[in-house]
Amino acid sequence: MQKAEVLLSSLKGGKAPGRLFGAVIAVKDVISVVGMPLTCASKMLEGFQPVFNATIIDKLLSDDALIIGKLNCDEFAMGATNTNSAFGAVLNPVDKSRVPGGSSGGSAAAVAAGLCDVAIGSDTGGSIRQPAAFCGVYGIKPTYSRVSRYGLTAFASSFDSIGPLANSVDDCALVLDVISGYDPLDSTSYGGKLPSLSPISPFVQNEFTYSFNPDEHPNLAQDTNTPVSDEQPNSAQDTNTPVSDEQPITIQSPADTKDISKKLKIALPKEYFGEGLNPEIKSAVEEIASKLVEAGHIVEEVSLPNTKYAIAAYYVLTTAEAASNLSRYDGVRYGKRSKINGTLSEEKNRAVSEEKSGTLAEMYINTRSENLGKEVKRRIMLGNYVLSGGYYEAYFGKAQKVRRLIKNDFTKIFKDYDLILTPVTPEFPAKFGEMPTDPLAVYLGDIYTTSVNLAGLPAVSVPIGCSSQNLPLAAQFIGKEFEENTLLSVAKMLESLLQ
Amino acid sequence: MIELLPTEKYEPVIGLEVHAQLKTNTKIFCSCSTGYPAPPNSNVCPVCLGHPGVLPVLNESAVEFAIKLGIALNSRVNLRSIFARKNYFYPDLPKGYQISQFSLPVVGEGELEITLEDGTKKKIGVTRAHLEEDAGKSIHDRGDSTLVDLNRSGVPLLEIVSHPDIRSGAEAASYLRTLRQILLYLDICDGNMEEGSLRCDANISVRLRGETRFGTKTEVKNMNSFKNVEKAINFEIARQIDLLEEGREVVQQTLLWNADKGTASPMRSKEDSHDYRYFPDPDLPPLEISNEWFEKIKSEMPELPARKVERYTNEFGLPPYDAGVLTQQPETSRYFEEAAGFTSARKELSNLIMTEVLKVANEKKISLAEFAIEPKRLAKLVDLITSGVISGKIAKDVFAIMLSDESEPEEIVKREGLSQISDSDELEKIITSILNDNPAQVAEYLAGKEKILGFFVGQVMKQTKGKANPATVNSLLLSLLKRSSG
Repeated sequence: MQKAEVLLSSLKGGKAPGRLFGAVIAVKDVISVVGMPLTCASKMLEGFQPVFNATIIDKLLSDDALIIGKLNCDEFAMGATNTNSAFGAVLNPVDKSRVPGGSSGGSAAAVAAGLCDVAIGSDTGGSIRQPAAFCGVYGIKPTYSRVSRYGLTAFASSFDSIGPLANSVDDCALVLDVISGYDPLDSTSYGGKLPSLSPISPFVQNEFTYSFNPDEHPNLAQDTNTPVSDEQPNSAQDTNTPVSDEQPITIQSPADTKDISKKLKIALPKEYFGEGLNPEIKSAVEEIASKLVEAGHIVEEVSLPNTKYAIAAYYVLTTAEAASNLSRYDGVRYGKRSKINGTLSEEKNRAVSEEKSGTLAEMYINTRSENLGKEVKRRIMLGNYVLSGGYYEAYFGKAQKVRRLIKNDFTKIFKDYDLILTPVTPEFPAKFGEMPTDPLAVYLGDIYTTSVNLAGLPAVSVPIGCSSQNLPLAAQFIGKEFEENTLLSVAKMLESLLQ
Repeated sequence: MIELLPTEKYEPVIGLEVHAQLKTNTKIFCSCSTGYPAPPNSNVCPVCLGHPGVLPVLNESAVEFAIKLGIALNSRVNLRSIFARKNYFYPDLPKGYQISQFSLPVVGEGELEITLEDGTKKKIGVTRAHLEEDAGKSIHDRGDSTLVDLNRSGVPLLEIVSHPDIRSGAEAASYLRTLRQILLYLDICDGNMEEGSLRCDANISVRLRGETRFGTKTEVKNMNSFKNVEKAINFEIARQIDLLEEGREVVQQTLLWNADKGTASPMRSKEDSHDYRYFPDPDLPPLEISNEWFEKIKSEMPELPARKVERYTNEFGLPPYDAGVLTQQPETSRYFEEAAGFTSARKELSNLIMTEVLKVANEKKISLAEFAIEPKRLAKLVDLITSGVISGKIAKDVFAIMLSDESEPEEIVKREGLSQISDSDELEKIITSILNDNPAQVAEYLAGKEKILGFFVGQVMKQTKGKANPATVNSLLLSLLKRSSG
């Protein structure tokens, strides 16, 4: 309230209001905000007061947002249920007996429960999109490097993206627009010009161009609704002409020319609709595909053949980065430091390092054993294993190659398509107490979201109605690099179509 | 068959890893000052303290310095290189990993030519030079606890790794001296071994002469002077030869040199147990150096000592020894070259710098940049000698006065009446009277004791207070003595 009063008085002082004037924003507790503890939902950092603002926080504040507080999450953003928090689980506001998803579970729940206008989350393998889907809100994971990571506690640095969750496309778009852009403090942030995201128009206007050239692809469909010059009256071809020799299934209807200025080509990757997908979710997403066709767009089935390797590559690469990123929580400079009582076995002591004194080794072991959670420790061990001498090439090296293959899969598809439409999750949110105990089964829940992070692409989770059990249904749109405007335009179009 | 001594039987194989702290104003990945000395933990920020959420941003100057060294060593400079994380736990390493370069360093294969004791040249291969951040300092000698000072955390380092081409402690010291000299000329490192801005570790093994495989190596650390590098390496070579001669094996280990005791003792035994789990740092994109930038740096390279020695001997006609002394330190060569612009008597100038200027500068421990006699005034003093106004001996007196007197040397000579007496008539009168006063010595001379000439010269100098022109005195003495014999 105090901050709101400051904002109001500055307005009276003649200052023009910022674009987020008075917007109530809450932040996932892996992002640094001066004056608020930064815990990362870990005992390790309980009570830690950060000394600087994340770049996105400075951007939000300079556009007059009100940052009202921090949101619970899985410890160090590792998890898909928000039950891996040292400070307790988050309940799903739609059905309190169920998990809200994770790791940005608090962010999705806060938006769904109306506690804030927009919540900031982070997405390393689906951590914005999956809880957004489970709680029935919009969530966008931007292109890697679009939003500065400075001040985001690193989980897996080459995957982590900050993005907004909100109840409307416009709110998502506006906040994403404010937090986007180059940051000299983040060497991986994108230095090029970004198209504005706000206001987002429901239909794609001139923000992007088709990447295919009919001259280079004579067998490609030429869009009959695009004005064709008089000189080439016969060049228009059948829009059903297949892209490749494999005849894809095509859902097609005549375009409604009065409603669109440009026809979108949308790909449905068959690997995202196979075994393990809940039939109700499957048909809901297919329903969306039909609606898009009815609206005059082209939807075709495609293949992303390396999808089956995504989960394995994702967990090798992210755990490796995480193991290194989390080494700094050692009890030396800040955070928790455990007591040294001289009870460490000699064997354990030696295992740490030959050159360290017994008390130092014990301090490290006790501090990290007592203050990091089970899932975090599991990933640190996995990560150190895949990087260790003799295993690097077999695991880390191979996973890097898979990452390139997956990226290439997408690049190929995006030569011919504007968007990819998939489900966000294979299942509905689990009930507390009914969650799989096998970590591998939990990891498989990320099957439709991790590829996007491996490829660094933007993707949005869009609410598309309710299931028979009154649980939220969602669809994911994956876009080309830096074409969040296309994603948001489609989301906005659906927003009005589904109303 | 002659039995070889153990030292002749074995060939030492030595490679050096040199860490040079780069003289950038700020740290390699944040904008903290690298200033030294500073109160403990005062030059720190969230980045070099490893707070959650911080990211590294590479210092451009550090890259420029690395490129300069690469050019100086005729190395392949990799226009694309990769930063990697070296993971290990230690209290003075805030992030739990050191950002370094591993598979693709900024500077690749190059070489360094050194001069051996007998004056011959030898090329030592340089495997690579890579950029990395320094760790902080752990202070263990204050009571029970270890104190950590993170001012040094994030100071840029260039690690320069040689081929195992070095064959003795003396060669190692020569390599290190030559490398240091280049770093100083490039002005990228202050080269202070005592304060640790230049550090050196040696990998040492021995093998039978003619053997092509390497023996088991040990690593020797903590050698903080050229002398200690030489001593420590020779100690370790001898230790390894002794072991092999006794039929025992060399154990791979790291040894710490103790300069006071003159011995090296093991630091840790399980060298193999270290697994740094290197992987590319995802926070830093590959370092791309544009051709334009590289060419610009290349065009701005200073003249390096090897080239200077060539020029001093060829153009100035100086003996190689003089050229070596004058190029030892960049400031000496700067001083010499500036003075050489004002006088053509380069050898006399060199003499004066080597004997007087450097002596005084060393005694007073001052840099030539702040030396009381500016190069131009020194050149004028040299010209007074060559034009015969004063003798070399008097020049030393004038030099001493100039140290605390800003006047021009001509003025001092005039004021103090130090001009040389070259007037033959005046000198002839003096000499004649001396010969008359010392008939016994004249007789000795005439009897063949030519050495006694020095006595007469001394008498003349005594009477003229050293101002007599020695050449004139000599020729007059000879002709007058000859006359008295006739």
